[in-house]
Amino acid sequence: MAKVTLTVNGRKMSGDCEDRTLLVHFIREKLGLTGTHVGCDTSQCGACVVHLDGKSVKSCSILAVQASGSTLTTIEGLAGQGDMHPVQAAFKTHHGLQCGFCTPGVVMAAVDMINRHGGALDEETVRSELDGNICRCTGYHNIVKAILAANAEMSASRQAAE
Amino acid sequence: MGIEGIGARVARKEDKRFLTGKGRYTDDMVVPGMKYAFFIRSPHAYAKLISIDANAALEMPGVIAVLDGKQLQADGIGNLICGWMIHSKDGSPMNMGPWRPLAVDTVRYVGDAVAVVIADTLGEARDAAEAVAVEYETLDAVTEAVDALKPGAPQVHDNAPGNLIFDWALGNPEAEVDAAISASAHVTEIEIHNNRLSPNPMEPRAALGIYDSAEDHYTCYTTSQNPHVARLVMSAFYNVAPENKLRVIAPDVGGGFGSKIYIYPEEIVCLWASKKTGVPVKWTADRTEAFMTDAHGRDHISKVKMAFDADHRITALKVDTIANLGAYMSLFSSAVPTYLYATLLSGQYAIPAINANVRTVYTNTVPVDAYRGAGRPEATYLLERTMETAARELGLSPAELRRINFIRSFPYQTPVIMNYDAGDYEASLNAAMDAADWAGFAARRTEAEGRGKKRGIGMSCYIEACGIAPSAAVGSLGAGVGLWESAEMRGNAGGTIEGVAGSPSHGQGHQTTFAPLVADPLRRGLDHGPIAPTATPQGHKGMGDPGSRSGAVGMSAIVKALDKVEAKAKKIAAHLMEADESDIVIEGGELKVAGTDKSLPWFQVALAAYTAHNLPAGMEPGLKEGAFYDPANFTFPAGCYICEVEIDPETGTTKIVQFVAADDFGNIINPMIVEGQVHGGIAQGVGQALLEGVHYDKDTGQLLTASFMDYAMPRADDLPSFKLSHQNTPCPSNPLGIKGCGEAGAIGSPPALMDALPHAIGPNHLTTPAPPPEGGEELNAPPRGGRPRMRPIIIARPPSARRPACLPAERRRNTSPAA
Repeated sequence: MAKVTLTVNGRKMSGDCEDRTLLVHFIREKLGLTGTHVGCDTSQCGACVVHLDGKSVKSCSILAVQASGSTLTTIEGLAGQGDMHPVQAAFKTHHGLQCGFCTPGVVMAAVDMINRHGGALDEETVRSELDGNICRCTGYHNIVKAILAANAEMSASRQAAE
Repeated sequence: MGIEGIGARVARKEDKRFLTGKGRYTDDMVVPGMKYAFFIRSPHAYAKLISIDANAALEMPGVIAVLDGKQLQADGIGNLICGWMIHSKDGSPMNMGPWRPLAVDTVRYVGDAVAVVIADTLGEARDAAEAVAVEYETLDAVTEAVDALKPGAPQVHDNAPGNLIFDWALGNPEAEVDAAISASAHVTEIEIHNNRLSPNPMEPRAALGIYDSAEDHYTCYTTSQNPHVARLVMSAFYNVAPENKLRVIAPDVGGGFGSKIYIYPEEIVCLWASKKTGVPVKWTADRTEAFMTDAHGRDHISKVKMAFDADHRITALKVDTIANLGAYMSLFSSAVPTYLYATLLSGQYAIPAINANVRTVYTNTVPVDAYRGAGRPEATYLLERTMETAARELGLSPAELRRINFIRSFPYQTPVIMNYDAGDYEASLNAAMDAADWAGFAARRTEAEGRGKKRGIGMSCYIEACGIAPSAAVGSLGAGVGLWESAEMRGNAGGTIEGVAGSPSHGQGHQTTFAPLVADPLRRGLDHGPIAPTATPQGHKGMGDPGSRSGAVGMSAIVKALDKVEAKAKKIAAHLMEADESDIVIEGGELKVAGTDKSLPWFQVALAAYTAHNLPAGMEPGLKEGAFYDPANFTFPAGCYICEVEIDPETGTTKIVQFVAADDFGNIINPMIVEGQVHGGIAQGVGQALLEGVHYDKDTGQLLTASFMDYAMPRADDLPSFKLSHQNTPCPSNPLGIKGCGEAGAIGSPPALMDALPHAIGPNHLTTPAPPPEGGEELNAPPRGGRPRMRPIIIARPPSARRPACLPAERRRNTSPAA
């Protein structure tokens, strides 16, 4: 057994788990944050994407013990004290989700994508960047639309702030 | 309130919980004392099950029980069944072999469950499963339907000689169709392989069985599109528990596409194991288990003859299909290649004589049942590939041949049961051609040639039958259930309206789509609480959401229940305002006496219904009404899809440069949701045509495509943005005029894409009646440098088994924790 301590959505949390426990299972079962999902066994689908120390990571591809000491943001903590993060709001406005199962992972990947690219996202880049996430419901059309809209909105607010 | 009207693009009520991590799916459920199930599955495609020795496993940490099929059988749990009876041409009933939730003496596919381990943690259950010694005596297996019909093939079930489940026919007598073909000016003959697919909803199946010994009552949380039917079937056929002692709950369901309609062994076993062990038992499939056990779709081989007169009118169609149903008959498996397939073989065309023959076959593969479209994609693919081939042979444009043959007056009785009630096929064809700038294609092709690329354009005109019902009709065709829907609506004393619809949702957004039925200002303009799609089928009934039926059938039931609530409110209002009931109208949230200034707000009438101080003589208090709705006919969505591709002869890769969909869905409640359904359907259809395919090793029966590394799912960079439009003709068969939109994308898209390919590179093998080759080698050569953005295809059977197992680094962009 191992003790894992993380800063989760702004709060320090710890728990014991078997050494072999993947981070995603630790998040779901020990932390009780079930918004992070498991959609495959081969790190292909991206339903489990979280932010670890500010970067998007498939939480099925790392052991919980390896993440110990890190800062973790899950879909539950993305909006902070707000209602919804601009990416979450854009997904709602543009119908970027249907069954909702892949959605948390797609949203977490999208936030990271926007952060990395600044304002310079176009459709081709978004589609290429989404390669690590599988959605079976939307055909990606509205996911792409939502990410581009959120990117435009976030760039505009950044510029306004500067 | 106005923004919630019918036809408005209302954002979904469901979204916030999904976007903030507050969705509640079956695997999210945790109950006190819950333990974990791990299924031990056959590694062999076909074998005698000799013995199971669990002694060592039972000694391992955390293990509570190891249960097998003999124990399950001894407790009286029944076999799984197929609920739709089909008779062969000779009148004999279909040959249904026994399907035990846990195998007793024989395993018939890789993944067939033989035992279950229950332990404190999933890890312990999985470890213990390794220690269970299962002895098998392997047998020769058969995986392909054509092989299974050959003399001397391995026999999958004793009661199905030659592996034939049924040999069924529909339409005109064969001799009559043969004569029409002989007398024709031209005959197009092709062979079509409709490849086997895995539905792959992103949420794997799961079940949580909870037995309460104090109440002698069972609760099952499950990933179901069909919780009512699950409760009924588990009670009536599998003897899990009487209906009044069995609660089935489908919480948020993460997609299904058909694969979560059926009742699988795992939910039965979890319920039974919970009683047996005294603890709640949860099972969640991993993705490999999903590939190995979720019902697959399609897998047809067909020979087609389409005959034309000298004016290029179709005179006859003859189809001979072999459908692979896998190792066991799944719940609706027999209906898919028969009444959901052959009945659509007239397509959008006036065909005077049609003969369809369908043989269904057992093989040592995962059971095959409905997958998005279910039979209708197979019919459309067959017809539209044939039309494309015929147009090329006859020297006509694809549009011209279709225009010559369109049905133009309604109702239209086809030779294959269906009576089309409304449609305007040419409107969709014209809209699609305009949107795709078909006329400008030649210039685009020339431009592409200048860049060394080959361009092609293809079209597909589909029709489907949705809103599956009416009960009497499907009953006469062999269905074991009725296909109505129900709803219960309640006017609350405070003036709001809420209710429960029989139709469940597995991601489509029913809660949002249903709301305008109450809130639309032009209809009622009333405040509403939730109109919940069914999650827990206690106290009301429904038949699930398959076949795009939640709109046409489910919403019609809501309307009917609301009409009853409204009728009672009018009676009360007339009484209170001393007016004639027939003079009461509802407008803007008020009940008014027409032609006067007298009115009462809805909430006062609703309150009066519950105070019951002053009701018409003899009226019961309250404002709650239920309704069942059984439609008069199927509905017939139709449309035209156009796909334009660009192929790089250097690398063999295909890029979809545009995809256009022009659909007739009848009246639309929420266009945003409807478009989302079409987008997702097209992606699945493109997946079928370009990327996806279940493959078995022919010699060993091993499933070769059992992970997302072997089975190529469509990703964002495989697809373009889509151009959509609607040319709606209201459906005359239900009160809302809805036709249904859930499956069209998956039905219409594969042939449009597959027609574009020969247009780009010249006629392919589908022009000859030869079986699909492994194919098109000159264009299937591995890409020279760079990763393949899309599988090079020029073949009918997508080569996903050959997709590189090690994907390029880009695939793992956001996977690396170390980065």
